[in-house]
Amino acid sequence: MSEPKQPLLEVNGLKKYFPIKSGLFGRTTGNVKAVDDISFTIRQGETFGLVGESGSGKSTVGRTILRLTDKTDGKVKFKGVDLYDLPPQELRRLRPKMQLIFQDPYSSLNPRVRIGDAIGEALLDHGLAPREEIRDRVMEVLNACGLSSYHIDRFPHEFSGGQRQRVGIARALVLNPDLIIADEPVSALDVSIQAQIINLFRKMQDTQGLTYLFISHDLSVVEHLCSHIGVMYLGSMMETASRDELFRNPLHPYTRALLSAVPIPIPKLKRERIVLSGELPNPADPPSGCKFHTRCPFAVARCREEVPLFRNVGNDHSVACHLV
Amino acid sequence: MDTVLDIEHLSTHFNTEEGVVRAVDDVSLRVRQGEIVCIVGESGSGKSITAMSVMGLVEAPAGQVVGGSIAFRGEDLLKLGRNELRTVRGNEIAMIFQEPMTSLNPVLRIGEQLMEPLMEHRKMSKKAARKRAIELIGEVGISRAEQIADSYPHELSGGMLQRIMIAIAISCDPKLLIADEPTTALDVTIQAQILDMLRRFKEESGMSILLITHDLGVVAEMADYVVVMYAGKVVEEGEVVALFENPQHPYTQGLLKSKPIINQRQDELYSIPGQVPNPLELVPSCYFHDRCAHCMDICRTTEPALKETANRQKVACWLYEEANPHV
Repeated sequence: MSEPKQPLLEVNGLKKYFPIKSGLFGRTTGNVKAVDDISFTIRQGETFGLVGESGSGKSTVGRTILRLTDKTDGKVKFKGVDLYDLPPQELRRLRPKMQLIFQDPYSSLNPRVRIGDAIGEALLDHGLAPREEIRDRVMEVLNACGLSSYHIDRFPHEFSGGQRQRVGIARALVLNPDLIIADEPVSALDVSIQAQIINLFRKMQDTQGLTYLFISHDLSVVEHLCSHIGVMYLGSMMETASRDELFRNPLHPYTRALLSAVPIPIPKLKRERIVLSGELPNPADPPSGCKFHTRCPFAVARCREEVPLFRNVGNDHSVACHLV
Repeated sequence: MDTVLDIEHLSTHFNTEEGVVRAVDDVSLRVRQGEIVCIVGESGSGKSITAMSVMGLVEAPAGQVVGGSIAFRGEDLLKLGRNELRTVRGNEIAMIFQEPMTSLNPVLRIGEQLMEPLMEHRKMSKKAARKRAIELIGEVGISRAEQIADSYPHELSGGMLQRIMIAIAISCDPKLLIADEPTTALDVTIQAQILDMLRRFKEESGMSILLITHDLGVVAEMADYVVVMYAGKVVEEGEVVALFENPQHPYTQGLLKSKPIINQRQDELYSIPGQVPNPLELVPSCYFHDRCAHCMDICRTTEPALKETANRQKVACWLYEEANPHV
C-alpha cells in the first residue's frame, strides 16, 4: 500500500433540516431532518458510495455539499477549504472542480441546444478555454466518453438513454474536475447499457485520477465501483467502512438486511434473508433512540430510548448501533 | 399440469407517424397452472405490450393486435366481446402495474376500491364486500386494516399501495395474475416483502403468475420458466435453472454477464456493445446481429426461428441451427 492519500472532501457533522410550515401564517411547526449529523471523508482518487433507500437523505447530502441548497449546520471542506466560508465569486471559481451528474440527464439538457454547445458552454462561461479551442476540447471528451464526432451537432432528443448519460458525463469531465458527485447515474438504464456506463466511470477514474461520491440505492453497483461505502437510513449514517470490510463483515442490522434483500441472479441459491417488517417511518417524525429500532429484528429496550453513537470499531469501520 | 394461458403467434403493432412499430412480433408462450413465468427484457423489448395484449388494454387505433391467438383456459380472449372480456378481466385474470399510485383512483377511499370488484364480479352486498375488503387488507400484511380502508391513496406509501393493488388483484381468486414490474419502483427491503408475499399467495391458491421484469435477480428468485425477449421477439426460453446455468443465445449470455453480482466482483464488467435497434428500421435478420460477437452473414439477412435444443431450452439463433452451413 502507498502512503495514505490526502483527503479531498471532508464532511463533518453536516445537517440539513427542511422546515414544515403550516397554518395561515406559515409558521414553522417542525423539521424534516433530511440530513442529520453526517460525517465522512473521501480521499483523493477514492470512490465513496453513499447507499440508502428512498427518503434516506443521500441525494440531499450531495446537493448540500455542493451548496445547491444551504446547510443547517456542519462543515464541508474541499481540499481543506470550507465551502461555506467562501464568498460567491470564489465559490464560482471552484465550481468547475466539483461536478454533479444526475440520474436523468435528459431533464438537465436544454432540448433546443446542440450537444456540442451544451458541453462547451461551461468551458466558455468559466473562461477555461478560448472560443476557437472549444470545439476540439468537446470532440476530445465526446470520444473519451464513447460518442462519435458526428454527435456534436445533434440535439438531445436524438440520443438514447445510455448516450444521454454519456453526454452528462462528458459535460462534467470537460471541465477537468477533481470531484464528481454522481446521483443514481445508472439507475434509469437497462442492464446492458448500465454495464457500459459503469465501465466508463472506472476508465475515467483510472485515466484522470477522479474522485467520486457515488450515490445509489443499488448495492451490487456500489460494490462494483466503490472503494468505500456509507449506509444511510432516515438522514443518519448507520455504517461506513471500506468496501471489502463492509461486504465481509457488515455490522449494522440495517446493512445486513439491505444486503440480504438484493435479489441475486443465481436460481436455487439458498440465502438467509433478514426480511424487515414494516415501512420506512415518516421522516418528519422519526422514531426515538435509534431511528431503525421500529424495523430492527434485534431491537432491545435501550434502542428505543438512547441514540447510538456513531463510533469507530477498528479497521476504519464505523457503526451506530448499541448491539455492536 | 394444465395450461392456463396459451399465447400463439401474437403480433401487436402500433401505427406511428414514422411507420409501423412491431412491438410484439410473432410471440408464443405458455403459462401452466401454479407456475411463475417471467418475461425478461430491456426497454422496448415488447414485454409489457405482450401483457397488455392479454388484458385487451392495447387501444385502437394507435395499437392493434394484428395476429395470433390468446387462449385463456381454452377460450380465445381475442374473440370475446367487450362485456365477456369484462367478466374475465379483474376476475379470472388480474393485473398489477409498476406504479400503484397511477392505477388507483385518487378520490376514492382504499376500501371502496377494494369493494368494487367484489360487488361487480362476486355480486357481494355492500356490507359483505366491506367485511371482505378489510380481511384482504390484513392478508397483504397491513395492520390497522379498518383505518387504512377509510384512507385515500395519497396517504399511503408506495409499498403500502402496491400491497393494496395486490389485495385488489387477488380479491376474486384469479387463476392468473399478470404483474408488470411490480417491485421496480420500490426499495429493496420492500421489494423483498412483496416478492415473498406473491410467492405465498401462489402457493396457497395455486394461481399462475406471469411476471414481467427487467431484473435478472428477481427472475432467478421467482421464476419457474423464463422467456427472454428482444426487440419484440422471443430469443430464448427455458426452465430457470437451465437457462441461468447454460444460456445459449448470445444476448442472454451477455445480459447475465453484464449484471454486477454482490460478492462476485470483477475488475471490468462485461458489456454488450451498441444499443437496441430502432424498431422502425428493422429488416428481416436476427435483430441482435449488430451487437453480437458471433455475427455471421446469414444473421444479417435471415431471421432465425425459435427451435428446441437438447436440454428443453428453445433458442432463436443461427449458431444452433443444424441447417446452417457455417457451423
